[in-house]
Amino acid sequence: MTTLTRTDTSLVGQWWWTVDRWFLGALLILVFFGVLMVFGASPAVATKLKLSSYYFIKKHLFVLPIGIAMIFLISLLPPKNVKRLAVIGLLSGIIILGLTLIFGSEIKGARRWLSAGGFSLQASEFIKPFFAVVAAWMFSEWRSKTSFPGHLISLLILIIIVSLVLGQPDLGQTVVISAVWSCQFFLAGLPLFFVISFFIFGVIGLVVAYFFFDHVRSRVDRFLDPSTGDTYQIDRSLEAFSNGGLFGTGPGEGEIKDLLPDAHSDFIFAVAGEEFGVFIALAVIGLFGFLVLRGCLRIMSESSLFVFLAVAGLLIQFGLQALIHISSSLQLIPAKGMTLPFISYGGSSFLALSIGMGMVLALTRKRPGREEFL
Amino acid sequence: MKRELGKVPERPFIKLDGVVNRFIEVAKNRMLLVCAVFSFAFVLAGLRLLDVSVIGGLGEPSVISESARATLKTGRADIVDRNGILLATSLSVPSLYADPSEVLDAEAAADALKTVLFNLDKKNILAKLKQKKRFVWLKRGLTPEQQLKINALGVPGFHFQEEDRRFYPQGRLGSHIIGFSGTDAVGLSGVEKQFDGILRDGSEPLSLSIDVRIQHILREEIQKQIESFEAIGGAGVLLDANSGEILGMVSLPDFDPAFIKGASLQAKFNTATLGVYEMGSTFKIFNTALALDLGSATMTSGYDATNPIRIARHTINDYHPKKRWLSVPEIFMYSSNIGSAKMADEFGALAQKEFMKKLGFFDQLDVELPERASPIFPARWRRINTMTISYGHGIAVSPLHLTSGVATIVNGGIRWPVTILKRHAGQQAVGKQVISSKTSLDMRRILRLVVENGTGKKASANGYLVGGKTGTAEKRAVQGGYAKKLRLSSFVGAFPIHDPKYVVLVMVDEPKGNKDSFGYATGGWVAAPAVKRIVSRSAPLLGVHPKNELSPKIRQILELNINPGGGKKRLASF
Repeated sequence: MTTLTRTDTSLVGQWWWTVDRWFLGALLILVFFGVLMVFGASPAVATKLKLSSYYFIKKHLFVLPIGIAMIFLISLLPPKNVKRLAVIGLLSGIIILGLTLIFGSEIKGARRWLSAGGFSLQASEFIKPFFAVVAAWMFSEWRSKTSFPGHLISLLILIIIVSLVLGQPDLGQTVVISAVWSCQFFLAGLPLFFVISFFIFGVIGLVVAYFFFDHVRSRVDRFLDPSTGDTYQIDRSLEAFSNGGLFGTGPGEGEIKDLLPDAHSDFIFAVAGEEFGVFIALAVIGLFGFLVLRGCLRIMSESSLFVFLAVAGLLIQFGLQALIHISSSLQLIPAKGMTLPFISYGGSSFLALSIGMGMVLALTRKRPGREEFL
Repeated sequence: MKRELGKVPERPFIKLDGVVNRFIEVAKNRMLLVCAVFSFAFVLAGLRLLDVSVIGGLGEPSVISESARATLKTGRADIVDRNGILLATSLSVPSLYADPSEVLDAEAAADALKTVLFNLDKKNILAKLKQKKRFVWLKRGLTPEQQLKINALGVPGFHFQEEDRRFYPQGRLGSHIIGFSGTDAVGLSGVEKQFDGILRDGSEPLSLSIDVRIQHILREEIQKQIESFEAIGGAGVLLDANSGEILGMVSLPDFDPAFIKGASLQAKFNTATLGVYEMGSTFKIFNTALALDLGSATMTSGYDATNPIRIARHTINDYHPKKRWLSVPEIFMYSSNIGSAKMADEFGALAQKEFMKKLGFFDQLDVELPERASPIFPARWRRINTMTISYGHGIAVSPLHLTSGVATIVNGGIRWPVTILKRHAGQQAVGKQVISSKTSLDMRRILRLVVENGTGKKASANGYLVGGKTGTAEKRAVQGGYAKKLRLSSFVGAFPIHDPKYVVLVMVDEPKGNKDSFGYATGGWVAAPAVKRIVSRSAPLLGVHPKNELSPKIRQILELNINPGGGKKRLASF
């Protein structure tokens, strides 16, 4: 890297000097830690599923370089191309989502994955970053040209996506997508009256979900009153943290993790707590906090509303997902299956987040006098 | 390469448009709120993490200890005898299975396994290892040593799984009571079945009323009689006369619960509770007790037993005919069928039926075992039935019914429900008065008479004052009618008879006379000696102290005039 001089005008040279290297560094640490965690947590799960012990590790290591390459390549894009990528991505995402509903493979009562040629794709993961960017674009257009109903267009897209995702059904993704969109709308200057209305609407939506989706109701019931049902997962999760204590049992030495279903994905933070102890787990939380706040700080001097809203949306999505995962495993909220960004196993989730973070890096690059790229 | 070197000056916002500028300011202000919410949430998550991992880990032991307790509670609860001796327990044992897809060389694996488990059939193992499955059992229930050796073979694809297995440390002892449970830990007979739910949920051992020592004595002594008289089976019960607790109960032949597959149907059959038999003369206990209790007969009255009774094409005869008038104690002592039948004829069918019902002889036993018999009794109770039932024919009850009935007669007249569970201190069941305590005392006197002077002499365990009655019933032949040669010889008695604590029954099925018994195979020759030995061996364990049988105090209690009408001689009953 030292060969890159400040006067280097090559693509990579420019990239190096304009990209948020702190953000990038923190991301790579997360990715590295994620590999460790998948190594620790997945063999037990794989064995239980009668797969070879290294099944998930191999898949993770296969996806890993692709993800990193995506972060890098996408972060090279100028904002205008990010916009284009998002639009294309979103359109394909919605089409795939529709196909998933028709041809998808059903796993644990939900139709979320589309399998093709040995790979399975979870379209809803990819929709999230693309939609955040498209929504940001729509909102910024709405604000710059008063006649352009960008907010309504984004609302329409949201309704399409939500109805497709709820059809799977996948309430967790629905909540994340809607929450990110709402935040963006809020940032784009939604009158406070509507902010409050949206809030009430969201609460009503969750209440409705409670009454209409049995699996949601049982999870909430179990959270509010653990005696009403099987709290096996969350009990094991808390036990894992407790077992880890201050310094953890050491990498690969966790015991409770073997009893934890989905240890490699929805409960990987508990494995981190058990094997690495409270300090490293705190550091992971800190790293997520750092990434979100660092990104936010970076856009505080941003002059483009589109860039501001897009980055904010992507960061909120990233932070929200991390918070839902961590809070679930700590019994702060009802258990909700959500991957921990970059740390959990999950090909689609990993790649989609790479795309999202690649776009964050691309949009937060310093663009002195280069607004024409917008 | 320091960054400051060529820092590109950041330009202020390019004001594309005043409107957009205003909106971006709003967005930035609102973003501060979003950032604050996120910061708060991350801090909260961090604090909760500390709480769960460190503080919670030290302070509240909730999660771990609860789960530890949950995992400890594997398998079924133990079953113990009244003194806490283990009768049934669950242990975790390793079982060997293979994942054939991981086995590299089936031939070599099978050979290696045979070096540890010599008895395995190699062909069978090979076939299993070549199946296209991911799981085949190779051997269930290994010893730790076998597991260690197999593990040391290092054959890839061999795995162990811990399984709960039920062990019965007492083997055959009490097998009919304890029962057994199948490989999947479901109780299939006996207490294991009756209390399946409790055993499954409980961690506290289930205490039975039986005492393994008594169980052992019963089994050994009855087995001895079965062998010397070439009998086909036998049964025995030792019952606490005043609480209804079963101290020991055997049914022979019996089985070893560890090898249940090899046990015959006959061995698994609990004769004591599931078999019903016409008990014969031992039923005269109830007949006499009823007559005395009703007052239709007294200890000094009697009946003429000179001639057989002919009724409805039947002839009622005596086994030891005296051909004279007999007093009630004599009728009992000499086991006169004629006298008994006349006694019954006097109080009649109605009273007899009601009494049998009160003794529980019309109902299934109330003991807590799934193997409970329903008695067989005549649907139409005619005069002839009343007469034959007086001496134990025409009604069939289980040995435990009989024992429970005798306990009622001797203990002061109270019928206690029989139980296989230990009654803990202060746990008293509700009993029903069936006969008066006066009748009970009279009955004890004449029961003692049988052992001192009558057919039950061989049951006299010196110092323990056994009183009882012999019975030699003819078994109903398969084709109907009675087979003279097939007998059910029994003795039922109580000790010490002046203040009965325990009731003992010994029953031997189809004994054949031998040289020592001069060809006799009656209750007096077959069952009584076993009772003597059982009482002599059990009494010290049960806390019954030997007494001087001739002491004036005891003689006074048991004093009896057996022949008031006859020779006018008063007999102390010896």
